[in-house]
Amino acid sequence: MTYRPKLAVFKFASCDGCQLSLLDAEDRLLDVAGAVDIAYFLEATSRVVPGPYDVALVEGSITTPHDAERIREVRRQSKFLMTIGACATAGGIQALRNWADTSEYLKVVYARPEYIRTLATSTAIADHVPVDFELRGCPINHHQLVEVIAALVAGRRPRTPGHSVCLDCKRRGTVCIAVAKGTPCLGPVTQSGCGAICPAYDRGCYGCYGPVGQANVTSLADHYVNAGTSPQQLVPLLRNFNGYAPEFRKESERLAR
Amino acid sequence: MPETRTIRVEALSRVEGEGALNIRLRDGTIENVQLNIYEPPRFFEALLRGRPLEEVPDITARICGICPVAYQMSSVHALEAALGIGISPEIRRLRRLLYCGEWIESHALHIHFLHAPDFLGYESGIAMAADHPLEVRRGLRLKKHGNQLLEVLGGRAIHPVNVAVGGFYRAPRREELAALIPDFEWGLEAAVDMTRWLAGLPFPEFTRPYEMVALSHPDEYPFNEGDVASTAGYTIRVSEYERRFEELHVSHSTALQSQRTETAGCYFVGPLARVNLCRDRLSPAARRLADDIIGFETPCLNPYKSIIARGLEVVHVYEEALSILRDYRPFQPARIAFTHRAGEGCAATEAPRGLIYHRYRVNAEGLVEFAKIVPPTSQNQKQIEDDLKAYLPSIMAEPDNRVAELCERLVRNYDPCISCSTHFLKLHWDRR
Repeated sequence: MTYRPKLAVFKFASCDGCQLSLLDAEDRLLDVAGAVDIAYFLEATSRVVPGPYDVALVEGSITTPHDAERIREVRRQSKFLMTIGACATAGGIQALRNWADTSEYLKVVYARPEYIRTLATSTAIADHVPVDFELRGCPINHHQLVEVIAALVAGRRPRTPGHSVCLDCKRRGTVCIAVAKGTPCLGPVTQSGCGAICPAYDRGCYGCYGPVGQANVTSLADHYVNAGTSPQQLVPLLRNFNGYAPEFRKESERLAR
Repeated sequence: MPETRTIRVEALSRVEGEGALNIRLRDGTIENVQLNIYEPPRFFEALLRGRPLEEVPDITARICGICPVAYQMSSVHALEAALGIGISPEIRRLRRLLYCGEWIESHALHIHFLHAPDFLGYESGIAMAADHPLEVRRGLRLKKHGNQLLEVLGGRAIHPVNVAVGGFYRAPRREELAALIPDFEWGLEAAVDMTRWLAGLPFPEFTRPYEMVALSHPDEYPFNEGDVASTAGYTIRVSEYERRFEELHVSHSTALQSQRTETAGCYFVGPLARVNLCRDRLSPAARRLADDIIGFETPCLNPYKSIIARGLEVVHVYEEALSILRDYRPFQPARIAFTHRAGEGCAATEAPRGLIYHRYRVNAEGLVEFAKIVPPTSQNQKQIEDDLKAYLPSIMAEPDNRVAELCERLVRNYDPCISCSTHFLKLHWDRR
């Protein structure tokens, strides 16, 4: 009998884009739906099957006391917990509050801050519970998502490459924007997965798949600074959707000093 | 002892983002109806301050994975107003084309996966596919066209990378866009068939005296530009938006809700508002379909029929997209050059689920000093609660789970996008 894992999709602080990627797998959506038992996926179905679950896809970061509790319950209910997207793997763009005064943020956005319960930080899921697999990206690539689900069903290791964006530019035949035009590009220190789209659209990579393994971010930043980019320009470039990923964070804090 | 009956939908399904519904009845009368949004706040308006203005379209896209283009378009237009940048007709057309992609993708998703299952009695579009394979597969193919257009023009479907203040980072090559034409020709026919199918769904009898609000432009169906028009009879400039409409942080709900400033009344934004206000500017195929084939009567005040309005809009955007695709020639510059200066600007555009308003103030260094973002769903939220109050008396005899299900259906008419969470918060429930 084919293994048909019970799949659940959970959302924390996020934009919904990564779970939407599952529905964006148009050609393969009905096949995926046949290969797994979609037991909990509020965005797509009213059917709710209680846990435990074989596979949990977790989108979003932890930003409220309630969510810090809820993720522990999700972990208890899930055999294999996989985080999807930059919010879940690095805290997302909302992690900018980690460098700011969250109570001041509250006052800027809300007339009655006393009604709001929020944490001072936005943090990755792995800071709260053990995570079995991380799928990077802001947003994730739906081909990679389908690949990981297919691998789980088949009981094999998922094939998600760990090289940098640079290699993908070479494969696409994109002229290096950093070398040819002097545009600061995070491609050399960013993990593959997006398809190297930004340089193909005449702009530098902004690191939305997060740091590649063994990224030497300091060396790259020094190179751009020596070539004339100010550290003040590099800080926001490193501090965006994966800004709180340790390698990007360390370097933006060094440059900001 | 008064009898209190509380009906809770703990987690709304088939909506974007997460929310709940609380209804409390005492002695058979409605005491409280609340759409409870428990999306955690992400503080976009605060975190944008101090960021380079060039990043704003990339950052605001992340408010919503379903309608990132709406946030990108609204922010670039508002920033261009602040900087005094005038875009070229070529850039303008390409922006309309990008919006076409998002409308197709978002509408096809809502129609087939979130909404139609309600009318036909299914828990999901996937379950519906077993009995209606033709309709669901057609819907998936339409959705895919929207995403393909976004991929060609924007680099990817979710959080496109090609939108810049002043235009685009790179104009597409002619052959990239031309390759889409055969699919879009098929899609136009398919969208007409889809809308005929939608018009035949069983609709509940339910109408309200809505005030509907949408952008209105003298000679095109509204996407990126226009005045703000209301079925109450007034039309205002976008720059007057904040005088006519206000956002409240009300104590009972802790979510910012929009309302009419003068009357404190609710209003309705979205596809049905647009079709009611701008029907004569729909494309010829969409108009013919509405007039002669399905006989769609406007003003239509039945919110369930939003699904038909969405269908008509899909036909419109296919036809408009085809015309832009066929006429496209690459152009230079793809992006209008500009210099930083201090300024303030606002803009409104039409997201798939309704009017969206942005205002920014920037300084001479090119950094954002202030941001205000009003998403469509915060504008519809008060209207949704008002609808529920009007609807509940007619279904009170039903058991709790049925009441909850029927209320959830009413909410889905609005295609609420709760992830557009700039302002949506957890509600602290007052249990007296």
